[in-house]
Amino acid sequence: MSRRQKWVIGGLLVALIVAAFLSPFASTKPDGLERVAEDHGFLEKGEGKEVIKSPIPDYVMPGVANETLAGSLAGVVGTLLTFILFVLVGKILFRRSGDYADRKPGMGPGAKGGSL
Amino acid sequence: MHIPDGFVDLKTGVTTAVMSAAALAVAVKKSRETGDQKQVPLMGVMAAFIFAAQMVNFPVGGGTSGHLLGAALATYLLGPWSSMLVMSTVVIIQALFFQDGGVTALGSNLLNMAVLGSLVSYLIFRLLGDGRKVPVFVSALLAGAASVLVAATACSLELAVSGTVPLKVVLPAMLGWHVLIGTGEGLITGAILAYLTRTQMLPEITGSTASMRR
Repeated sequence: MSRRQKWVIGGLLVALIVAAFLSPFASTKPDGLERVAEDHGFLEKGEGKEVIKSPIPDYVMPGVANETLAGSLAGVVGTLLTFILFVLVGKILFRRSGDYADRKPGMGPGAKGGSL
Repeated sequence: MHIPDGFVDLKTGVTTAVMSAAALAVAVKKSRETGDQKQVPLMGVMAAFIFAAQMVNFPVGGGTSGHLLGAALATYLLGPWSSMLVMSTVVIIQALFFQDGGVTALGSNLLNMAVLGSLVSYLIFRLLGDGRKVPVFVSALLAGAASVLVAATACSLELAVSGTVPLKVVLPAMLGWHVLIGTGEGLITGAILAYLTRTQMLPEITGSTASMRR
């Protein structure tokens, strides 16, 4: 396993730990914008205005009775989804930047991007 | 500060969406010039970590909370253009899958948190010498706080232009809370970057990227 792969796996593990085990300790108080909307009477302008129906609204996994578990599951699913979607989109966006497939391994600093 | 549906009007939503799309087009181009395909998994990890960290609201007193934005962290580690792409992915996923931030306000949320958050962080890091003139903790503290305050200012302007709330009401209120939230942002960003610097992990992470430490 390369160092870079170790970083990717280690970083992903840290993210999953945060999502699963720190998110249950998150403050449930309104955030800055919600608080301002409450204080200055425009919170109701957003109520019931949702244009789409999200599958996991408010980071609570539907159908899971235990509230803590529902939040942690939502966090783990979202963290993995974010990673997977970024990598998929990234591979498409960066497809033509540098001909990495053609390079032999171990070409050193010359393998840096920027051939565009 | 994810703006929900109903807070910004059509013209503001469309205008900010066009601005964000233009910025992201530049970000894709610049990232392609400086990054490489091998950096994509690391950027994905950054996005995943920021998604997770944004779930962890911390109390700031007065019955209010905030959470990490992550733009300053991503900008330091990946450079401003890749940071914009990472932050945008997070904001889009939050809106589509978690009902956090409205779809009609997506352009505004992208502009505030992904585009402006990254650009402001980049300016501060550049001004303070990329962690060399000033200890990285201090520059990260200031970049983190500034990114949150500028995003909160832009958010206030969008709400005011939409006729949701007068600017003279919303701006001081938003800045008041976000001074506290921005301090949290700065402390967390500073702690993470100071730790990575002390343990000499940074060169390994950012070795071949457009990071601020190049």
